[in-house]
Amino acid sequence: MADYTIKVRRYQPESGDPAYWEEFNVELDPSLSVLDGLLQAKDRDDGSLAVRCSCRAAICGSCGMKINGKSGLGCQTQIGEAQEAADKKASAVGGESEGNVIVIEPMGNQPVIKDLVTDMESTHWTKFRRVTPWLLPHGEPPEREYIVEPESMVDITQSMACIQCGACVSSCLSMEADPLFIGPAALAKAYRFVGDPRDAETLERLTDLAKDPHGIYDCTHCFSCVDACPKGVAPMDQIMRLRRKAGEHGIEDPNSGHAHEMAFVNIIEKKGTLDESLLLQESFAPGVLGKLMPSKRAIKEMIGSLPTAIRGIKTGKMRSLPKLIPGVHHKLPGGAQDDVKAIYKRAEESNIEFNLYIKGEEGDQEAAVEERLEPAAAPGAEEASNG
Amino acid sequence: MGIVSKVHPVRSHSNAAQGGINAALNPDDTWESHAFDTVKGSDYLGDQDAIEVMAREAPEEILHMEHLGVTFHRNEEGKLGTRAFGGASAARTYYVADITGQAIMHVLYEQLMKYSEQITRYEEWFSSSLAIDENGECCGVVTRNVADGSMELFQAKSVILATGGSGQIWKPTTNALICTGDGIAMAYRVGAKLMDMEMIQYHPTTLAGKGFLITEGARGEGALLLNKNGERFMEKYAPNKMELASRDVVSRAEQTEINEGRGFPDGTVALDITVVPKKRIHEALREIVLVGRDFAGVDITREPIHIKPGNHYTMGGVKTDVEGRTDIPGLYAAGEVACVSVHGGNRLGANSLLDTLIFGKHSGRDAAARALRTDWSKPSGKVLEDEQAMVDDINGREKGSGRRVSEIKLELGQTMDAKVAVFRDEAGITEALETVRRLKEEAKTAYIDDHGQVFNQDLMGAIELGYMLDCAECSCIGALERKESRGAQYRTDYPERNDEEWLKHINLEKTEDGPEISYSEVTITQWQPEARTY
Ligand SMILES: Cc1cc2nc3c(=O)[nH]c(=O)nc-3n(C[C@H](O)[C@H](O)[C@H](O)COP(=O)(O)OP(=O)(O)OC[C@H]3O[C@@H](n4cnc5c(N)ncnc54)[C@H](O)[C@@H]3O)c2cc1C
Ligand code: SF4
Ligand code: SF4
Ligand code: FES
Repeated sequence: MADYTIKVRRYQPESGDPAYWEEFNVELDPSLSVLDGLLQAKDRDDGSLAVRCSCRAAICGSCGMKINGKSGLGCQTQIGEAQEAADKKASAVGGESEGNVIVIEPMGNQPVIKDLVTDMESTHWTKFRRVTPWLLPHGEPPEREYIVEPESMVDITQSMACIQCGACVSSCLSMEADPLFIGPAALAKAYRFVGDPRDAETLERLTDLAKDPHGIYDCTHCFSCVDACPKGVAPMDQIMRLRRKAGEHGIEDPNSGHAHEMAFVNIIEKKGTLDESLLLQESFAPGVLGKLMPSKRAIKEMIGSLPTAIRGIKTGKMRSLPKLIPGVHHKLPGGAQDDVKAIYKRAEESNIEFNLYIKGEEGDQEAAVEERLEPAAAPGAEEASNG
Repeated sequence: MGIVSKVHPVRSHSNAAQGGINAALNPDDTWESHAFDTVKGSDYLGDQDAIEVMAREAPEEILHMEHLGVTFHRNEEGKLGTRAFGGASAARTYYVADITGQAIMHVLYEQLMKYSEQITRYEEWFSSSLAIDENGECCGVVTRNVADGSMELFQAKSVILATGGSGQIWKPTTNALICTGDGIAMAYRVGAKLMDMEMIQYHPTTLAGKGFLITEGARGEGALLLNKNGERFMEKYAPNKMELASRDVVSRAEQTEINEGRGFPDGTVALDITVVPKKRIHEALREIVLVGRDFAGVDITREPIHIKPGNHYTMGGVKTDVEGRTDIPGLYAAGEVACVSVHGGNRLGANSLLDTLIFGKHSGRDAAARALRTDWSKPSGKVLEDEQAMVDDINGREKGSGRRVSEIKLELGQTMDAKVAVFRDEAGITEALETVRRLKEEAKTAYIDDHGQVFNQDLMGAIELGYMLDCAECSCIGALERKESRGAQYRTDYPERNDEEWLKHINLEKTEDGPEISYSEVTITQWQPEARTY
């Protein structure tokens, strides 16, 4: 047992008063959760403290909230750890290292109804419905089950694991800037169908999400949602996979994100190291044909990139200006380049997806990768995973 | 058509079902085998006509779920793959990692989106009582919009209760905070019969104190149960099925070990999952890796985790027939709220999700047919006014008018867990019953802090307490009445099963002076009661 002070941002809509802070003293085992602390305060001190909760086991998705400024689940955050985080935060700004309070607020990017209860309907669920969240198979179902690759089911089970808690939405930086952004949870849900071999509308779904100015290209890759997600859904990864698939389907990408990614992969495969000047060129005018007959857009984009490129040269990140003619490049010494190529080949052969649902603990992931890559050089695995 | 849920539908408790769902779908398995396992699991108290329906229709239902989009685990050929579960003679449990319930429920919610033109959703609306017309038929339900406190009478030609179980009456429990027996009590209050209310399942593997569940899937994957001396004690109690015997058997074995001093000092035994290959753990038991890590501070891939039997499932409930019909025309019940009875004295793992789907479907069909052929009728009394008055009464109670609602809930939970649990006897149950009746009186004046309309969870908690106390009273009466040991009901004062006198269901009906007892036959089609060994 230990004593904690939790400071809750409260809002009682019927009182006519603005939101205010209230502190509660609770006494519980450090291994119990922040939600347990709130429920104790509610049971003992003030039953009007509103907080959605049901399962207490991080499975129903009710108790999304901000704890010490970080979005997550109240029932999954141990109160002892929340206290440590509060202490750390205080000492980082030069405050006390003891006697700090655990700060609890309703989730962000959603209107507050009462205390910690937010209006998820007008935000989260409206966005959820935006992605046509049901399976659209082709024709009549088979007599028995659909026969599909076992991995494909494991793959989409990662986004299926989403409990719709809204923590990612709460933490999303893009959504703060653009409230219309479809957002991490709904896009992760979209991947659940795009990645599902039983769904027949993959192209339509991808086109829809790519063309929407608030769609897959509205994400700024900030990692906040990955951090916030209590279930390892890694919404950003799902968004990146949607982008990659859109690219594979030849859907035009206003930011050339997928093309950029492919360029990255191709240059490393060919050269072993990254030449940023090549990256620009490969992104907008890929291959020999691109160089000989660059499209209007490619020229425009490359001219537009000149200031960046010049900055790149100044800082040494780029070796030369983007070229429209084939140039001479450094190669890696000795057989190193062949090793890189071998890694690519093996990665392609075993089709390793590094963000699979079953990845488990970090150590295991590395072990699994090594297992599958043996006997090829394992150190390259990390690079390949970034591609 | 409307669907009402007191929490957002995806927050419903079915998402807690980790392990899977049973069906004899493999060519070398048969529905008869599934049915027999269920009958035996129920300690012959299950109604065999209903069990046959469930087992026979299971394969089709699984395929239907698969076609709707459930991401069931596949074997190497890309077909549906299974895992082993307790009390089953074949590996016939289909699953999605260990989020089976969540996956099925989310897919059903997807379908609800797809058909949103036809079905109105009332998300976060709390139903508090049923309306009955002058012919004694159910004609609607009074419901409160949680967001603004407004109350409405939803008139209906058919009403299906799918409100889940009553686990919150016990503390600790694996059940969510919303499992407060609302539907069971609502039906009971308007005169529907309840059945098998004494049959309360204690799950063998829950975390001490918090009541979190470690899925049976863990034992299905090969995990072992060990006492403090490192002995695999199930050898003594169920030499053939060992850890995978029926839940009542395993829970009793554990409790015996604990009671006889072979448990750990914290009143637990150990579940050793480290014997399961690590990759398999991460693939199939990911959720419990997280439960172990987040809620017990244990890495289950590296060390055993301490567990004990904990309250888990309400086998009893509102008495229905195979079409989900209760004793009240127009009122249906399906899922954990209902007692068809397919689970009898003890539910087999992975049979409950199946129960919800099969009898949910039957109820839906029959309810729709009834709605097509009946006319609208009006409630006989002024239900809405009465309900509003009840709410105003609770809302008007000021601090000091009585005890706190939360205090009463705690006392109820601890009493039931102490006296109406794995082992029971007359003295203990009688004591529990007396406590419950006192708490019922105290609940009448219990006060709440929140007197507003918007999201008044305090008020709903007080109403739920009323439901919990009604259900608890019925569970005590049933447990006291059944003077034998069968399934989850183990009476230390009557340790044997007694088919001669007790191969029958106990029914309870509401009267002025509490539940009135009557009996109904157990339907036997092809399996005569036999001694039950595993
Ligand atoms: C931890 C755990 C693991 C389990 N694992 C398995 C498993 O592996 N396999 C298996 O088959 N079974 C399993 N079970 C059992 C199974 O999950 C449940 O029995 C089943 O999900 C119950 O479903 P239901 O539809 O009857 O009720 P629920 O899913 O509980 O739904 C009840 C619904 O009714 C609504 N409701 C209730 N009261 C009111 C009211 N007053 N007004 C309005 N709405 C109301 C709720 O909002 C909710 O939507 C498990 C149970 C637990 C606790
Ligand atoms: S990575 Fe993208 S979706 Fe995720 S929080 Fe950042 S901007 Fe939002
Ligand atoms: S992706 Fe993660 S954080 Fe976002 S709603 Fe789903 S479970 Fe919650
Ligand atoms: S209470 Fe269910 S997720 Fe926290």
